[in-house]
Amino acid sequence: MNAIYTKELKGYFRNVTGFVFFAFMSAIIGIYAAVINFSYAYPNFEYVLTGINFIFLLVVPLLTMRAISEERHQKTDQLIYSLPIKISKVVLGKFFAVLTVFALPLLLSAIYPLILSLYDPSGYISYASSYGTLLAFFLLGAALISIGLFMSSLTENQIISAVMCFGAVLLSILTEALANIIPSSVNASFFGFIVILILVAFLIYFLTKNSNLAWLSFIVLDIPLVLIRFIKSDLLYGALPSMLKAVSLFDKLDNFASGIFDITALIYYISIMALFLFFTVQSMEKRRWS
Amino acid sequence: MIEVRNLVKKYGDHTAVDNLSFTVEKGQIYGFLGPNGAGKTTTMNILTGCLAATSGEVLINGHNIYSDAQKAKSAIGYLPEQPPLYLDMTPYEYLCHVGRLKEISKKELREKVNEVMEIVKITDVKDRLNKNLSKGYKQRVGLAQAILGNPGIIILDEPTVGLDPVQIVEIRDVIKSLAPEHTVIFSSHILSEVSAICNYILIISNGVLVAEDTTENLESRFTASTEISLTVKGDRDTICGVLDGLDGVEGYEVSDAADDGTVGIIISCKDGTDISEALSYAMLQQKCLILKLETRKASLEDVFMELVAQDADINAVQAETELGDTDGEQSGESFEVDADALLDGNVRSVWDEHMPENIARENEADNDNDAVEANEEGEEE
Repeated sequence: MNAIYTKELKGYFRNVTGFVFFAFMSAIIGIYAAVINFSYAYPNFEYVLTGINFIFLLVVPLLTMRAISEERHQKTDQLIYSLPIKISKVVLGKFFAVLTVFALPLLLSAIYPLILSLYDPSGYISYASSYGTLLAFFLLGAALISIGLFMSSLTENQIISAVMCFGAVLLSILTEALANIIPSSVNASFFGFIVILILVAFLIYFLTKNSNLAWLSFIVLDIPLVLIRFIKSDLLYGALPSMLKAVSLFDKLDNFASGIFDITALIYYISIMALFLFFTVQSMEKRRWS
Repeated sequence: MIEVRNLVKKYGDHTAVDNLSFTVEKGQIYGFLGPNGAGKTTTMNILTGCLAATSGEVLINGHNIYSDAQKAKSAIGYLPEQPPLYLDMTPYEYLCHVGRLKEISKKELREKVNEVMEIVKITDVKDRLNKNLSKGYKQRVGLAQAILGNPGIIILDEPTVGLDPVQIVEIRDVIKSLAPEHTVIFSSHILSEVSAICNYILIISNGVLVAEDTTENLESRFTASTEISLTVKGDRDTICGVLDGLDGVEGYEVSDAADDGTVGIIISCKDGTDISEALSYAMLQQKCLILKLETRKASLEDVFMELVAQDADINAVQAETELGDTDGEQSGESFEVDADALLDGNVRSVWDEHMPENIARENEADNDNDAVEANEEGEEE
């Protein structure tokens, strides 16, 4: 794993990606800090972090699009498959390399609360809240990066990988807004869930190339939904919006900015990260069976 | 060393490898031969664990390539068809990276990397970026990667494709030098290459193993008959008379006389005996002048062509049975299509040596010698 980690990390700084990312990230954080903390004189660095969360739309695809797709494109995946090394270690090595690159500008930004403290004789700054939000921001990034890695493992074209990753991040940014738009009526939830199940069936078909399995899973998953709809329909009242709110990644970051150290959110981020790393390993393993 | 049992690989409906079984012994160079699309690369990918088989198993030193992958893979060095190079690294960095992945200890790493770079002669380009290297050097870096860490088995997928003749010879020498300590499996569609390097040949066609034996056995198994083709100026009947009276002639075909009074003859000889000397003498006595004489022994290429063509033939017949078409003419046609398709790819190189101009050139040389010999003999008489 160390060999992969070192190689990947060097890879980011061998070309301009790592430097561009570092400069871009630092500049955006700097500009927001300058406006929010210095110009408007808020003592809360956490507002900067919640303010710049759109940045994930750009940086996650930028960092992850090549990670695995390029191996396949250059046929270097054959080297990985033929060497006595576990795929899980390869994926972890790559993941930690991206995570390190992502963490570097955040480490730099960690000095902002300290700088602010110079102008804060009466102690308005909450360090716990600032650094708590930074931690949550970092873990949110880790979760999104693992999603990006998974997207990268699905294709050998880095542009397609970047577009899919952009879509995934956009979707997770929009889930909160989406939850507010969807009416809480029973039928809205019912049809909303059916759309989700169709998407799941498509995903199953895409991953297994087995249309029977996709149909089967669609039908089997539909049965409880239809039963609930006709037997105990009030369970579905407002179910979809509240589910979307529950799975939303970005929604939870705001809690930290309001001063709540939400441990369930951190666990949720780590779970998403682990889940998609697992998917990535499976997707790479699966390619041998195609 | 390597045991392959009933290997099957299907891509959807297409069967790329069909029930392949063979064993590879230590310290030999194995040639894996077949036209393109025969399933060579698929088989090699399965042997190295890059690809999973639909059914069947591969044992490397007794370790299954899937269930016991770590142990099995650590005994293998693999150079795929396209060398798996990271283009933004230098060969030195790349080899160090591969060495670390192969778990070579830090102390030995530098030494071992330098050693393989010496073997494949890339020391002078070790600090250039891989993407700036020529095809030949990329291939060598790939080879270095495969032999790094001294694995017992080295699997090379068409390592000489795209190299210039000098590089081909160099790579061949490297492969030969690996032989005593390593088992080498080497795929190619070029016969001369395989027969020059390998001790043992596996011929694969359409995913089926059609022949396997040592290079010598394979040659001798199919070279029982010798053919002589002649162009003679003279009367057709006289010539037939001469041939009938000659010992060692198993059979012959004589074409009709051409405008310039020459006839073409193809003689097959008994038990591979060479009768060209007696033949030219006998012809000369009857005042029939030999203008061209070519002795043809079945080479490995003929063996290969024969096996592959047989296979194509079987397929053609199968295809027809499937279509429900038993028309004889159709059968001939579809066979031709198959043979053409085979020739179209890489068997072309085999044919090149049989191209009219090449044969003519060879024949001229042969003919000169034969004519001189015949004259000398005639004068002595």
